[in-house]
Amino acid sequence: MSTLVIAEHDNGSLKGATLNAVTAAQAMGADVDILVAGANCGGAAEAAAAVAGVGKVLVADNAAYEHQLAENVSLLIAEVGAAYDNIVAPATANCKNAMPRVAALLDVAQISEITSVESADTFKRPIYAGNVIATVQSADAKKVITVRTTAFDAAAAEGGSASIEAVDAAHDAGISSFVGEEVAVSDRPELTSADIVISGGRGMQNGENFKMLEGIADKLGAAIGASRAAVDAGFVPNDMQVGQTGKIVAPDLYIAVGISGAIQHLAGMKDSKVIVAINKDEDAPIFQVADYGLVADLFDALPELESKI
Amino acid sequence: MKVLVAVKRVVDYNVKVRAKADGSDVDLNNVKMAINPFCEIAVEEAVRLKEAGTATEVIAVSIGDKACQEQIRTALALGADRGIQVETESNVEPLVVAKLLKGVVDKEQPQLVILGKQSIDGDNNQTGQMLGALANMPQGTFASEVVVDGDKLNVTREVDGGLQTVSLNLPAVVTTDLRLNEPRYASLPNIMKAKKKQLDVYSPADLGVEVTSHLTQVSVEPPAERQAGIKVEDVDQLVDKLKNEAKVIS
Repeated sequence: MSTLVIAEHDNGSLKGATLNAVTAAQAMGADVDILVAGANCGGAAEAAAAVAGVGKVLVADNAAYEHQLAENVSLLIAEVGAAYDNIVAPATANCKNAMPRVAALLDVAQISEITSVESADTFKRPIYAGNVIATVQSADAKKVITVRTTAFDAAAAEGGSASIEAVDAAHDAGISSFVGEEVAVSDRPELTSADIVISGGRGMQNGENFKMLEGIADKLGAAIGASRAAVDAGFVPNDMQVGQTGKIVAPDLYIAVGISGAIQHLAGMKDSKVIVAINKDEDAPIFQVADYGLVADLFDALPELESKI
Repeated sequence: MKVLVAVKRVVDYNVKVRAKADGSDVDLNNVKMAINPFCEIAVEEAVRLKEAGTATEVIAVSIGDKACQEQIRTALALGADRGIQVETESNVEPLVVAKLLKGVVDKEQPQLVILGKQSIDGDNNQTGQMLGALANMPQGTFASEVVVDGDKLNVTREVDGGLQTVSLNLPAVVTTDLRLNEPRYASLPNIMKAKKKQLDVYSPADLGVEVTSHLTQVSVEPPAERQAGIKVEDVDQLVDKLKNEAKVIS
């Protein structure tokens, strides 16, 4: 059996999500290669070659892949993936965009966001916002799979010595182009890989008040997240949303501030190791999943917390 | 231009779905059904394009058994002009749904197909992308803004780091994210009018598609339950617990 893992990267470096996908691929009992598709992506390829347990790294370095346009990348993955039994990718925005196109090109099903590998053809995945876990068996000879990264440990980023091979295939579908992006720049850790996350909800009342979370986040080395309510209200940008349709996080410590705990939010954070809830409504559903609940006005509790940690 | 919008009948988002005790499937007895929230956003976007004079006709399509006509009527009440039902069993895999939609696309030749980014039952997030590949159309997934610009479509997308804008040749596929728009409520007169709008029914064979199954649901189970912990008295106790009991901060 052989598995091709699709790398998530920014050309210069490899994103941590790739390491979780490698672990899932190894659980399928397969030899694991990595495909890095990008432009001037030598840095990402070298990082991929250092990942423990990887056989070889295939690098498709072409301007058509610079911005991970799904129309182009899917053609490449379908071609390179033809030689593999499984094509596995982390469930990042890029891979969620491209992988179903790959599956359709290969005329196979995609199994989205698996959380465990039961056997070579059987997987578990959450449905209904995580209220139900389904076990699904695939009848396809070739499997296209995305991986919920929080459900798998990261493979060791060092210790491997994979060979690096260039892939010539240049696929430019010519039907889409990149215009621009607005990417949040932050010195804080990435939301999906941070050890500690502190999130604010509607109770924060406005975007200005999110500054109250920043001091605590800086002291703890935490990332800052938000509930859908806070994003919808325009307090903070969409990339901070934690939940069923936002980012799925599972840090060692998750601090929910002024978040009531809607099902959709819980779906994005309930696998955190330790959950703290700060809310003035003692009946808020968030307290049903919190290890430590503090019933308090966040405008009193946050400054005090910042001073005492 | 003609806009095709796909809608799915799903469990209402307020219902907390549970696995049956025997683990055979989810328990959907007597639960309220509704249009998938992301599909509702898709309908709203299509109707707004028509109101802006960009779209000439909005066609709502759903794949499923007869009950899904209810969701097509909902789309018609929100402003879609006519409906298409492709009659299948209720549980059809995304790849087959995409093939059936491709069949409808071939018949209707829309310039734009708008779908929800995922349905809140299967949480697959696949159908729009698969349709794009099958019909060789570009895609703007997870859209928060859609602007028609001559023969191109500019789509702003919600991605991991923030927002990304892509330019797509038409015809194109768009899948909606939460902040694309806020859907309207259907008015009573529009609900009445929707009952009289045209609704055609096709079989998969009419569209030249064979309904296949690639995946088997072996079982379902509830997720690992999280036990509620304790309430702490004050910030001092919280900090103490985090340092000395949970040992997650130092």
